[in-house]
Amino acid sequence: MRYLVLLKAAPAQSPPPPDLMAAIMKLGEDATRAGALLDTAGLLPSAAGATVTVHDGRLDVTDGPFAEAKEMISYAIYDVRSKEEVVEWTNRFMKVHRDLWEGWAGEATIHQVM
Amino acid sequence: MVSAAHRAVEAVWRIESGRLVAQLARVTGDVGLAEELAQDALVAALEQWPSRGVPEDPGPWLMAVARHKAVDRFRRQATFRRKIAEIGREAPAWADLDGPDLDDHIGDDLLRLILTACHPAVPVEGQVALVLKTLGGLGTGEIARAFLVPEPTVAQRIVRAKRALRGVTFALPTPAETGERLAAAVKVVYLIFNEGYAATAGDDWMRPTLCQEALRLGRLLAGLVPGAAEVHGLVALMELQASRTAARTRPDGTPVLLPEQDRHRWDRLLIRRGLASLARAEEISAVGPYTLQAAIAACHARAWHPDETDWGRIAALYRVLSHVQPSPIVELNRAVAVGMADGPAAGLAIVAPLADSLDGYALFHAVRGDLLSRLGRDAEARVCFGRAAALPGNARERELFSARAGAVPDPDPAVS
Repeated sequence: MRYLVLLKAAPAQSPPPPDLMAAIMKLGEDATRAGALLDTAGLLPSAAGATVTVHDGRLDVTDGPFAEAKEMISYAIYDVRSKEEVVEWTNRFMKVHRDLWEGWAGEATIHQVM
Repeated sequence: MVSAAHRAVEAVWRIESGRLVAQLARVTGDVGLAEELAQDALVAALEQWPSRGVPEDPGPWLMAVARHKAVDRFRRQATFRRKIAEIGREAPAWADLDGPDLDDHIGDDLLRLILTACHPAVPVEGQVALVLKTLGGLGTGEIARAFLVPEPTVAQRIVRAKRALRGVTFALPTPAETGERLAAAVKVVYLIFNEGYAATAGDDWMRPTLCQEALRLGRLLAGLVPGAAEVHGLVALMELQASRTAARTRPDGTPVLLPEQDRHRWDRLLIRRGLASLARAEEISAVGPYTLQAAIAACHARAWHPDETDWGRIAALYRVLSHVQPSPIVELNRAVAVGMADGPAAGLAIVAPLADSLDGYALFHAVRGDLLSRLGRDAEARVCFGRAAALPGNARERELFSARAGAVPDPDPAVS
C-alpha cells in the first residue's frame, strides 16, 4: 500500500533548529533503509510556485504565494503494509518536530495512493 | 476481529522486529534465543499497549522488556542457562547493549542476522520462514497463508531452522564465505518475491504481500551491503517487475502478456527506482545474473510502446546471460528476443536445438508455434500450440494456447 504524507504548517519566523534537521535526516534514513520510504523532499514556500485553475471554462495561471494560512512544507511517499504503519512513521516524524522545535505547530495529512 | 490497537502494535512490531532480533542475537549469540525473547516482548506489547497506548519510544521499550524476560528466564530456567552455556557464554552480554553507540552496530547486526538465517545448515524453506519471521516481523500464520501451507508446517520449519543454527556463531562470515552467503540471501529474497508474483486473483491477500516483503528486504540488504552489485541488481529486477503489477491481470483475473499490457498502468515511481538501482549495480559490475535480468526488464520498462522495445539489446543481454548462467530457458528467451530483432527464422534456429531438453515445457512449444506462424508455416504452428495446450501448466495459459491452436489460419483443412 502506498501513501503520500503532506506536512503543513504556518510559515516559520525562523529557520528550523539544526537538531531537528539532523533528526529528520536520521529518521528519513531509517525509513529508507527499512524499505518503507520511497521518496521524500522539502518544498520551497509557495511564493516560488503557481496555481493553475479552471473556473467557468476559463484557464488561469496565478503565481504564488497561495492564499492559504498554512504552507506545504514537505512530502513523503511510503510503501507500507497497513495504514497503521504509515501512521507510526508519521508519528515519529511529528514527534521530533514537537520535541526539537519549541512552540512549533503543524499537521501531517496521510493520503492513500490508488 | 483484530482491534485497531492490535493493528497499531503490529505496525510498530514490523518496524522494530528486525532490529530487535538482530541486537538480541548479538548479546545472546543465538538467533533462536533472540527470536524467542523478541516474541516475549511482542506478547507483552500486545498485553499492555492496547490499554496504555503505544509508548513514545517503542524500540527501547521492547528491548527493555526482552532484556527483563531474558534475565528472568536465566534465573528460573535451567534449560535457558544450558542453552546459553552451549553457545559458550556465562550470561547474555547485556553490557553490549548499553551506551550511545547502539545504533552504530545496528547495520552489522542486521546483516549478521540475514546472513546467519541464510546459513547453508538451514534448508531453503527454513531460511525463507526465518527471514520473514525475524526481519519481516510476520507471524507464523501469515507466512503459512502466504505460501499456501498449513501453519504447523511453517512452525516446524522455524523450529528446525533455529535448531540447525544452534551451533552456528552469530558473526559475519569470513570474506571467503561472504559472497556465497550473500548469494544465498539474494536467492531467498527473490524466492519470496516470485512466490508473491505468481499469486493469482482470488488468492489470499497475504500472497501478493510477499512481493512487498521481498522488496523491503531487498532494499534493506542494499543499504547494508552497498558495494554488492547483485544486491542492487536484485532490487532493480524486483522494482521493475513489480512496476507491472497493475497491468498484469484483467479485472476478471486473466493474465495479460507483456506485449498486450497497458503501459500507462505501469508504476512510474517503481520504474524510476528500478532504473536507479540498475545503474548502481552496473557501476560496480554489469555481468551478474540478477543485474542482467534487471537490464532486460529495463529495456521493456523504457519502452512506452511495445514497438519501441530495443530487442537487439535484449538479445545481446540474453547472450551474456546464457554464458553466465547457461540454461535452456535462457536460450528460449534469447530465441524470442532474436526472433523480434532479426526475424522469426533467426529465432527458430536458436529454438531448434532446445527440443530435447524442453519438450515437456509448454512455453517452448508456444514460442516455437509463434515463430512458425510468423513464417507462414501455420499447420506446423497449430501442432505446436496444440502440444503446448496439452501439457500441464497454468489453466489460463492452456486456454490461451488452445485458442491459438485453432486461431492460426490453416491453408489445408485436411491437416489436423
